[in-house]
Amino acid sequence: MYSFDYHKPAVLDQALDLFKSADDPIFLAGGMTLIPTMKQRLAAPTDVIDLSGLDELRGIALSDRVLSIGALTTHNEVASHPLVAQHLPVLAQLAATIGDNQVRNRGTIGGSIANSDPAADYPAALIGLGGVVVTQSRSIAGDDFFLDLFETALHPCELITRIDFPLPDRAAYAKFRNQASGYAVVGALVADFQGKIRVGITGAGPCACRAIGIENELMQNLSIDVLDHVEVPDAGFNSDIHASAEYRAHLVKVLTKRALKQVLDQNS
Amino acid sequence: MKIKIDVNNTEHELAVEANTLLVTVLREHLQLTGAHVGCDTSQCGACTVHLDGRAVKSCAVLALQVADSKVVTIEGIGEVDNLHPMQSAFREYHALQCGFCTPGMIMQAIDLVTHEENLDREKIRQGLEGNLCRCTGYHNIVSAIESVVDKA
Repeated sequence: MYSFDYHKPAVLDQALDLFKSADDPIFLAGGMTLIPTMKQRLAAPTDVIDLSGLDELRGIALSDRVLSIGALTTHNEVASHPLVAQHLPVLAQLAATIGDNQVRNRGTIGGSIANSDPAADYPAALIGLGGVVVTQSRSIAGDDFFLDLFETALHPCELITRIDFPLPDRAAYAKFRNQASGYAVVGALVADFQGKIRVGITGAGPCACRAIGIENELMQNLSIDVLDHVEVPDAGFNSDIHASAEYRAHLVKVLTKRALKQVLDQNS
Repeated sequence: MKIKIDVNNTEHELAVEANTLLVTVLREHLQLTGAHVGCDTSQCGACTVHLDGRAVKSCAVLALQVADSKVVTIEGIGEVDNLHPMQSAFREYHALQCGFCTPGMIMQAIDLVTHEENLDREKIRQGLEGNLCRCTGYHNIVSAIESVVDKA
Protein backbone atom coordinates (compact mmCIF):
# COMPACT_ATOMS: atom_id res chain seq x y z
CA MET A 1 0.00 0.00 0.00
CA TYR A 2 1.33 3.45 -0.91
CA SER A 3 1.43 6.06 1.82
CA PHE A 4 -1.41 8.50 2.33
CA ASP A 5 -2.77 10.90 4.93
CA TYR A 6 -5.55 9.54 7.13
CA HIS A 7 -8.39 11.70 8.44
CA LYS A 8 -11.30 10.83 10.67
CA PRO A 9 -13.75 13.74 10.67
CA ALA A 10 -16.43 13.98 13.35
CA VAL A 11 -19.10 15.72 11.26
CA LEU A 12 -20.21 15.61 7.63
CA ASP A 13 -19.18 19.18 6.75
CA GLN A 14 -15.68 18.49 8.00
CA ALA A 15 -15.48 15.39 5.79
CA LEU A 16 -16.50 17.42 2.75
CA ASP A 17 -14.01 20.20 3.55
CA LEU A 18 -11.21 17.66 3.89
CA PHE A 19 -12.18 16.15 0.56
CA LYS A 20 -12.17 19.53 -1.20
CA SER A 21 -8.76 20.53 0.14
CA ALA A 22 -6.96 17.28 -0.77
CA ASP A 23 -5.21 16.37 -4.04
CA ASP A 24 -6.63 12.93 -4.71
CA PRO A 25 -8.88 12.01 -1.79
CA ILE A 26 -11.18 9.06 -1.26
CA PHE A 27 -13.89 8.34 1.29
CA LEU A 28 -13.48 5.19 3.39
CA ALA A 29 -16.61 3.44 4.70
CA GLY A 30 -16.22 -0.25 5.58
CA GLY A 31 -13.15 -0.56 3.38
CA MET A 32 -13.92 -4.10 2.22
CA THR A 33 -13.21 -3.14 -1.39
CA LEU A 34 -11.06 -0.06 -0.90
CA ILE A 35 -8.40 -1.47 1.43
CA PRO A 36 -7.68 -4.64 -0.61
CA THR A 37 -7.62 -2.43 -3.73
CA MET A 38 -5.10 -0.08 -2.12
CA LYS A 39 -3.02 -3.05 -0.95
CA GLN A 40 -2.80 -4.21 -4.56
CA ARG A 41 -1.82 -0.65 -5.51
CA LEU A 42 -4.78 -0.43 -7.85
CA ALA A 43 -5.80 2.68 -5.92
CA ALA A 44 -3.36 5.21 -4.53
CA PRO A 45 -5.26 8.11 -2.96
CA THR A 46 -3.31 10.92 -1.31
CA ASP A 47 -5.87 11.25 1.47
CA VAL A 48 -8.20 8.67 3.01
CA ILE A 49 -11.19 10.19 4.79
CA ASP A 50 -12.63 7.67 7.23
CA LEU A 51 -16.37 8.20 7.57
CA SER A 52 -16.85 5.95 10.60
CA GLY A 53 -17.12 8.87 12.99
CA LEU A 54 -20.14 10.34 11.20
CA ASP A 55 -23.08 9.14 13.25
CA GLU A 56 -25.48 11.03 10.97
CA LEU A 57 -24.82 8.31 8.36
CA ARG A 58 -26.08 5.54 10.66
CA GLY A 59 -29.47 4.21 11.63
CA ILE A 60 -32.49 2.47 10.16
CA ALA A 61 -35.89 4.20 10.26
CA LEU A 62 -39.37 3.61 8.86
CA SER A 63 -41.77 6.36 7.86
CA ASP A 64 -44.70 6.45 5.47
CA ARG A 65 -43.95 3.09 3.84
CA VAL A 66 -40.33 4.03 3.15
CA LEU A 67 -37.47 2.27 4.92
CA SER A 68 -34.42 4.53 5.25
CA ILE A 69 -31.05 2.91 5.81
CA GLY A 70 -28.04 5.00 6.80
CA ALA A 71 -25.09 4.73 4.44
CA LEU A 72 -22.76 3.31 7.11
CA THR A 73 -25.09 0.45 8.06
CA THR A 74 -23.20 -2.83 7.75
CA HIS A 75 -24.51 -5.81 5.80
CA ASN A 76 -24.94 -7.83 9.00
CA GLU A 77 -26.87 -4.95 10.62
CA VAL A 78 -29.26 -4.93 7.65
CA ALA A 79 -29.49 -8.74 7.73
CA SER A 80 -30.42 -8.82 11.42
CA HIS A 81 -32.34 -5.58 12.05
CA PRO A 82 -35.95 -6.16 13.20
CA LEU A 83 -37.36 -3.28 11.10
CA VAL A 84 -35.81 -4.74 7.95
CA ALA A 85 -36.95 -8.26 8.81
CA GLN A 86 -40.50 -7.06 9.37
CA HIS A 87 -40.96 -4.56 6.55
CA LEU A 88 -38.42 -5.41 3.85
CA PRO A 89 -37.36 -9.03 4.43
CA VAL A 90 -36.00 -9.32 0.89
CA LEU A 91 -33.28 -6.83 1.79
CA ALA A 92 -32.32 -8.74 4.94
CA GLN A 93 -32.08 -11.94 2.91
CA LEU A 94 -30.01 -10.23 0.23
CA ALA A 95 -27.63 -8.70 2.77
CA ALA A 96 -27.09 -12.10 4.37
CA THR A 97 -25.73 -13.47 1.06
CA ILE A 98 -23.06 -10.80 0.59
CA GLY A 99 -19.44 -11.96 0.79
CA ASP A 100 -18.62 -13.74 4.05
CA ASN A 101 -19.34 -13.05 7.71
CA GLN A 102 -16.23 -10.93 8.26
CA VAL A 103 -17.07 -8.82 5.21
CA ARG A 104 -20.68 -8.43 6.38
CA ASN A 105 -19.41 -7.17 9.73
CA ARG A 106 -17.49 -4.31 8.08
CA GLY A 107 -18.92 -3.64 4.62
CA THR A 108 -21.62 -0.97 4.32
CA ILE A 109 -24.64 -0.42 2.10
CA GLY A 110 -23.47 3.08 1.13
CA GLY A 111 -20.01 1.85 0.21
CA SER A 112 -21.39 -0.99 -1.87
CA ILE A 113 -23.75 1.24 -3.81
CA ALA A 114 -21.20 4.02 -4.31
CA ASN A 115 -18.71 1.49 -5.68
CA SER A 116 -21.05 0.16 -8.40
CA ASP A 117 -19.26 -3.18 -8.62
CA PRO A 118 -20.97 -5.01 -11.50
CA ALA A 119 -21.35 -8.15 -9.34
CA ALA A 120 -22.47 -6.54 -6.07
CA ASP A 121 -25.87 -7.43 -4.60
CA TYR A 122 -27.24 -4.14 -3.23
CA PRO A 123 -27.41 -2.49 -6.68
CA ALA A 124 -30.05 -5.08 -7.69
CA ALA A 125 -32.07 -4.00 -4.65
CA LEU A 126 -31.71 -0.30 -5.33
CA ILE A 127 -32.93 -0.84 -8.91
CA GLY A 128 -35.49 -3.56 -8.26
CA LEU A 129 -37.11 -1.76 -5.35
CA GLY A 130 -36.99 1.65 -7.00
CA GLY A 131 -34.94 3.06 -4.14
CA VAL A 132 -33.58 6.56 -3.85
CA VAL A 133 -29.98 7.50 -3.03
CA VAL A 134 -29.86 10.50 -0.73
CA THR A 135 -26.65 12.56 -0.61
CA GLN A 136 -25.70 15.67 1.32
CA SER A 137 -27.15 17.82 -1.45
CA ARG A 138 -29.84 15.91 -3.41
CA SER A 139 -31.83 12.75 -4.00
CA ILE A 140 -30.96 10.50 -6.94
CA ALA A 141 -33.43 7.92 -8.25
CA GLY A 142 -31.94 4.44 -8.22
CA ASP A 143 -32.85 4.11 -11.90
CA ASP A 144 -30.52 7.03 -12.70
CA PHE A 145 -27.72 6.14 -10.30
CA PHE A 146 -25.57 3.45 -11.92
CA LEU A 147 -23.87 4.69 -15.08
CA ASP A 148 -21.22 2.10 -15.93
CA LEU A 149 -18.55 -0.21 -14.51
CA PHE A 150 -17.66 1.36 -11.13
CA GLU A 151 -19.29 4.60 -12.29
CA THR A 152 -22.25 6.31 -10.67
CA ALA A 153 -24.09 9.62 -10.86
CA LEU A 154 -22.26 10.81 -7.73
CA HIS A 155 -20.14 13.94 -8.13
CA PRO A 156 -16.54 13.71 -6.84
CA CYS A 157 -17.30 15.37 -3.49
CA GLU A 158 -20.76 13.88 -3.09
CA LEU A 159 -21.43 11.53 -0.21
CA ILE A 160 -24.31 9.09 0.19
CA THR A 161 -26.01 9.73 3.53
CA ARG A 162 -28.82 7.17 3.28
CA ILE A 163 -30.80 4.98 0.93
CA ASP A 164 -34.61 5.16 0.91
CA PHE A 165 -36.47 2.01 -0.09
CA PRO A 166 -40.21 2.13 -0.81
CA LEU A 167 -41.89 -0.99 0.56
CA PRO A 168 -43.23 -3.42 -2.06
CA ASP A 169 -46.24 -5.66 -1.47
CA ARG A 170 -43.95 -8.59 -2.08
CA ALA A 171 -40.43 -9.10 -3.38
CA ALA A 172 -37.68 -11.72 -3.67
CA TYR A 173 -34.04 -11.91 -4.67
CA ALA A 174 -32.40 -14.87 -6.41
CA LYS A 175 -28.69 -15.05 -6.97
CA PHE A 176 -26.24 -17.35 -8.72
CA ARG A 177 -23.41 -17.04 -6.27
CA ASN A 178 -19.76 -17.35 -7.19
CA GLN A 179 -18.61 -20.01 -4.78
CA ALA A 180 -15.22 -18.48 -4.08
CA SER A 181 -16.07 -14.80 -3.72
CA GLY A 182 -19.76 -14.78 -2.82
CA TYR A 183 -20.35 -12.19 -5.53
CA ALA A 184 -23.35 -12.54 -7.83
CA VAL A 185 -22.51 -14.03 -11.23
CA VAL A 186 -26.05 -12.80 -11.84
CA GLY A 187 -28.68 -11.69 -9.34
CA ALA A 188 -32.33 -10.79 -9.95
CA LEU A 189 -34.63 -8.90 -7.61
CA VAL A 190 -38.34 -9.01 -8.50
CA ALA A 191 -40.74 -6.68 -6.69
CA ASP A 192 -44.49 -6.20 -6.91
CA PHE A 193 -45.86 -2.74 -6.11
CA GLN A 194 -49.63 -3.18 -6.45
CA GLY A 195 -49.29 -4.88 -9.81
CA LYS A 196 -46.44 -2.71 -11.03
CA ILE A 197 -43.54 -5.13 -11.41
CA ARG A 198 -39.93 -4.10 -11.17
CA VAL A 199 -36.97 -6.36 -12.00
CA GLY A 200 -33.47 -5.32 -10.98
CA ILE A 201 -30.53 -7.26 -12.42
CA THR A 202 -26.95 -7.28 -11.19
CA GLY A 203 -23.90 -9.18 -12.43
CA ALA A 204 -24.98 -9.39 -16.07
CA GLY A 205 -23.77 -6.10 -17.52
CA PRO A 206 -21.25 -3.40 -16.59
CA CYS A 207 -23.60 -2.12 -13.88
CA ALA A 208 -26.95 -3.02 -12.38
CA CYS A 209 -29.98 -2.30 -14.56
CA ARG A 210 -33.71 -2.85 -14.91
CA ALA A 211 -35.01 -5.63 -17.12
CA ILE A 212 -37.67 -3.47 -18.76
CA GLY A 213 -38.67 -6.06 -21.37
CA ILE A 214 -39.27 -8.68 -18.70
CA GLU A 215 -41.15 -6.18 -16.52
CA ASN A 216 -43.51 -5.35 -19.40
CA GLU A 217 -44.23 -9.02 -20.08
CA LEU A 218 -44.87 -9.69 -16.39
CA MET A 219 -47.21 -6.73 -16.04
CA GLN A 220 -49.38 -8.20 -18.78
CA ASN A 221 -49.24 -11.71 -17.40
CA LEU A 222 -47.69 -12.30 -14.00
CA SER A 223 -46.61 -15.90 -14.50
CA ILE A 224 -43.41 -17.87 -14.69
CA ASP A 225 -44.35 -19.41 -18.04
CA VAL A 226 -44.41 -16.05 -19.77
CA LEU A 227 -40.66 -15.79 -19.24
CA ASP A 228 -40.09 -18.83 -21.48
CA HIS A 229 -40.93 -16.68 -24.47
CA VAL A 230 -38.87 -13.65 -23.50
CA GLU A 231 -35.62 -13.11 -25.38
CA VAL A 232 -32.75 -11.80 -23.26
CA PRO A 233 -30.07 -10.46 -25.65
CA ASP A 234 -26.51 -10.82 -24.34
CA ALA A 235 -25.15 -7.74 -26.15
CA GLY A 236 -23.00 -5.73 -23.76
CA PHE A 237 -23.07 -8.39 -21.06
CA ASN A 238 -19.92 -9.29 -19.15
CA SER A 239 -17.86 -12.23 -20.29
CA ASP A 240 -15.07 -13.48 -18.01
CA ILE A 241 -13.60 -16.60 -16.42
CA HIS A 242 -16.77 -17.03 -14.35
CA ALA A 243 -19.36 -16.96 -17.14
CA SER A 244 -19.81 -16.04 -20.78
CA ALA A 245 -22.18 -13.27 -21.84
CA GLU A 246 -24.46 -15.92 -23.33
CA TYR A 247 -24.57 -17.84 -20.06
CA ARG A 248 -25.25 -14.67 -18.10
CA ALA A 249 -28.20 -13.91 -20.39
CA HIS A 250 -29.49 -17.40 -19.64
CA LEU A 251 -29.03 -16.79 -15.92
CA VAL A 252 -31.02 -13.54 -16.08
CA LYS A 253 -34.02 -15.56 -17.18
CA VAL A 254 -33.48 -18.44 -14.75
CA LEU A 255 -32.92 -16.21 -11.73
CA THR A 256 -35.83 -13.94 -12.59
CA LYS A 257 -37.99 -17.09 -12.68
CA ARG A 258 -36.66 -18.23 -9.31
CA ALA A 259 -37.28 -14.83 -7.73
CA LEU A 260 -40.71 -14.61 -9.34
CA LYS A 261 -41.63 -18.05 -8.00
CA GLN A 262 -40.81 -16.84 -4.48
CA VAL A 263 -42.82 -13.66 -5.09
CA LEU A 264 -45.84 -15.61 -6.29
CA ASP A 265 -45.57 -17.90 -3.25
CA GLN A 266 -45.90 -14.91 -0.94
CA ASN A 267 -49.29 -13.47 -0.06
CA SER A 268 -49.55 -9.96 -1.43
CA MET B 1 0.62 9.01 13.85
CA LYS B 2 0.21 8.07 17.50
CA ILE B 3 -2.74 5.92 18.44
CA LYS B 4 -4.12 4.30 21.53
CA ILE B 5 -5.32 0.81 20.83
CA ASP B 6 -7.11 -1.57 23.19
CA VAL B 7 -6.04 -5.14 22.53
CA ASN B 8 -7.14 -7.97 24.82
CA ASN B 9 -8.19 -5.44 27.46
CA THR B 10 -4.79 -3.77 27.55
CA GLU B 11 -4.33 -0.27 26.19
CA HIS B 12 -1.23 0.32 24.09
CA GLU B 13 0.11 3.60 22.78
CA LEU B 14 1.86 3.16 19.48
CA ALA B 15 3.23 5.19 16.60
CA VAL B 16 2.03 3.83 13.25
CA GLU B 17 2.01 4.91 9.63
CA ALA B 18 -1.38 5.61 8.05
CA ASN B 19 -0.94 2.59 5.78
CA THR B 20 -0.18 0.16 8.63
CA LEU B 21 -2.68 -2.68 8.81
CA LEU B 22 -4.23 -3.90 12.04
CA VAL B 23 -2.66 -7.35 11.54
CA THR B 24 0.78 -5.73 11.24
CA VAL B 25 0.32 -3.88 14.51
CA LEU B 26 -0.79 -7.08 16.23
CA ARG B 27 2.01 -9.26 14.91
CA GLU B 28 4.96 -6.88 14.61
CA HIS B 29 4.33 -4.13 17.17
CA LEU B 30 2.63 -6.19 19.88
CA GLN B 31 4.15 -9.61 19.09
CA LEU B 32 0.68 -11.18 19.09
CA THR B 33 1.41 -13.65 16.32
CA GLY B 34 -1.76 -15.72 16.70
CA ALA B 35 -3.50 -13.79 13.93
CA HIS B 36 -1.88 -15.27 10.82
CA VAL B 37 -1.29 -13.72 7.42
CA GLY B 38 -2.35 -16.51 5.08
CA CYS B 39 -3.17 -14.78 1.84
CA ASP B 40 -2.87 -11.03 2.46
CA THR B 41 -5.68 -10.52 -0.06
CA SER B 42 -8.60 -10.76 2.38
CA GLN B 43 -9.66 -14.21 1.19
CA CYS B 44 -8.47 -16.75 3.75
CA GLY B 45 -9.60 -15.48 7.15
CA ALA B 46 -6.49 -16.69 9.02
CA CYS B 47 -6.06 -13.14 10.36
CA THR B 48 -9.58 -13.00 11.85
CA VAL B 49 -9.86 -11.13 15.17
CA HIS B 50 -12.77 -9.53 17.02
CA LEU B 51 -13.34 -5.80 16.60
CA ASP B 52 -15.94 -4.56 19.07
CA GLY B 53 -17.15 -8.12 19.42
CA ARG B 54 -17.47 -9.01 15.74
CA ALA B 55 -15.17 -11.09 13.54
CA VAL B 56 -13.16 -9.08 11.01
CA LYS B 57 -10.17 -9.79 8.80
CA SER B 58 -7.37 -7.80 10.40
CA CYS B 59 -5.50 -7.62 7.06
CA ALA B 60 -8.37 -5.52 5.66
CA VAL B 61 -8.53 -2.97 8.47
CA LEU B 62 -6.18 -0.03 8.97
CA ALA B 63 -4.66 0.25 12.43
CA LEU B 64 -5.87 3.85 12.64
CA GLN B 65 -9.45 2.70 12.10
CA VAL B 66 -9.51 0.83 15.42
CA ALA B 67 -8.30 3.70 17.62
CA ASP B 68 -11.57 3.89 19.54
CA SER B 69 -12.39 0.18 19.41
CA LYS B 70 -11.72 -2.95 21.39
CA VAL B 71 -9.70 -5.66 19.65
CA VAL B 72 -9.60 -9.25 20.90
CA THR B 73 -7.21 -11.79 19.39
CA ILE B 74 -6.85 -15.52 19.86
CA GLU B 75 -4.38 -14.73 22.67
CA GLY B 76 -7.12 -12.90 24.55
CA ILE B 77 -9.81 -15.57 24.80
CA GLY B 78 -8.21 -18.24 27.01
CA GLU B 79 -5.11 -19.45 28.83
CA VAL B 80 -3.14 -22.65 28.27
CA ASP B 81 -4.57 -24.01 31.53
CA ASN B 82 -7.98 -22.47 31.02
CA LEU B 83 -9.00 -22.75 27.39
CA HIS B 84 -12.00 -21.00 25.88
CA PRO B 85 -14.79 -23.57 25.30
CA MET B 86 -14.28 -23.19 21.54
CA GLN B 87 -10.56 -23.94 21.90
CA SER B 88 -11.38 -27.01 24.00
CA ALA B 89 -13.88 -28.17 21.40
CA PHE B 90 -11.34 -27.81 18.58
CA ARG B 91 -8.91 -29.95 20.62
CA GLU B 92 -11.52 -32.52 21.58
CA TYR B 93 -12.79 -32.95 18.00
CA HIS B 94 -9.33 -32.81 16.41
CA ALA B 95 -10.52 -29.85 14.36
CA LEU B 96 -7.06 -28.97 13.08
CA GLN B 97 -4.16 -30.55 11.33
CA CYS B 98 -1.45 -28.03 10.48
CA GLY B 99 -3.14 -25.40 12.66
CA PHE B 100 -2.45 -22.41 10.45
CA CYS B 101 -6.10 -21.49 9.95
CA THR B 102 -7.12 -22.43 13.50
CA PRO B 103 -6.90 -19.02 15.25
CA GLY B 104 -9.05 -17.43 12.55
CA MET B 105 -11.46 -20.38 12.57
CA ILE B 106 -11.90 -20.12 16.33
CA MET B 107 -12.47 -16.37 16.32
CA GLN B 108 -15.00 -16.75 13.50
CA ALA B 109 -16.68 -19.67 15.27
CA ILE B 110 -17.12 -17.62 18.45
CA ASP B 111 -18.72 -14.82 16.41
CA LEU B 112 -21.10 -17.36 14.84
CA VAL B 113 -22.26 -19.01 18.04
CA THR B 114 -22.63 -15.60 19.70
CA HIS B 115 -24.66 -13.91 16.95
CA GLU B 116 -26.37 -16.58 14.85
CA GLU B 117 -29.53 -18.35 15.94
CA ASN B 118 -30.46 -21.96 15.21
CA LEU B 119 -27.01 -22.92 14.01
CA ASP B 120 -26.97 -26.33 12.34
CA ARG B 121 -24.19 -27.99 10.36
CA GLU B 122 -25.28 -26.33 7.13
CA LYS B 123 -25.37 -22.87 8.70
CA ILE B 124 -22.01 -23.45 10.37
CA ARG B 125 -20.51 -24.35 6.99
CA GLN B 126 -22.00 -21.20 5.46
CA GLY B 127 -20.71 -19.19 8.41
CA LEU B 128 -17.19 -20.42 7.74
CA GLU B 129 -17.16 -19.18 4.14
CA GLY B 130 -14.65 -16.50 5.03
CA ASN B 131 -12.15 -18.98 6.47
CA LEU B 132 -10.14 -21.37 4.35
CA CYS B 133 -8.64 -24.61 5.66
CA ARG B 134 -6.40 -26.63 3.36
CA CYS B 135 -6.08 -29.80 5.45
CA THR B 136 -9.09 -30.88 7.47
CA GLY B 137 -11.85 -30.85 4.89
CA TYR B 138 -13.79 -28.81 7.49
CA HIS B 139 -15.66 -31.84 8.82
CA ASN B 140 -14.15 -31.85 12.30
CA ILE B 141 -14.22 -28.05 12.49
CA VAL B 142 -17.97 -28.14 11.91
CA SER B 143 -18.33 -30.89 14.53
CA ALA B 144 -16.35 -28.90 17.09
CA ILE B 145 -18.48 -25.79 16.59
CA GLU B 146 -21.66 -27.86 16.65
CA SER B 147 -20.64 -29.31 20.01
CA VAL B 148 -20.31 -25.80 21.46
CA VAL B 149 -23.75 -24.87 20.07
CA ASP B 150 -25.23 -28.02 21.62
CA LYS B 151 -23.73 -27.24 25.04
CA ALA B 152 -24.94 -23.63 25.04
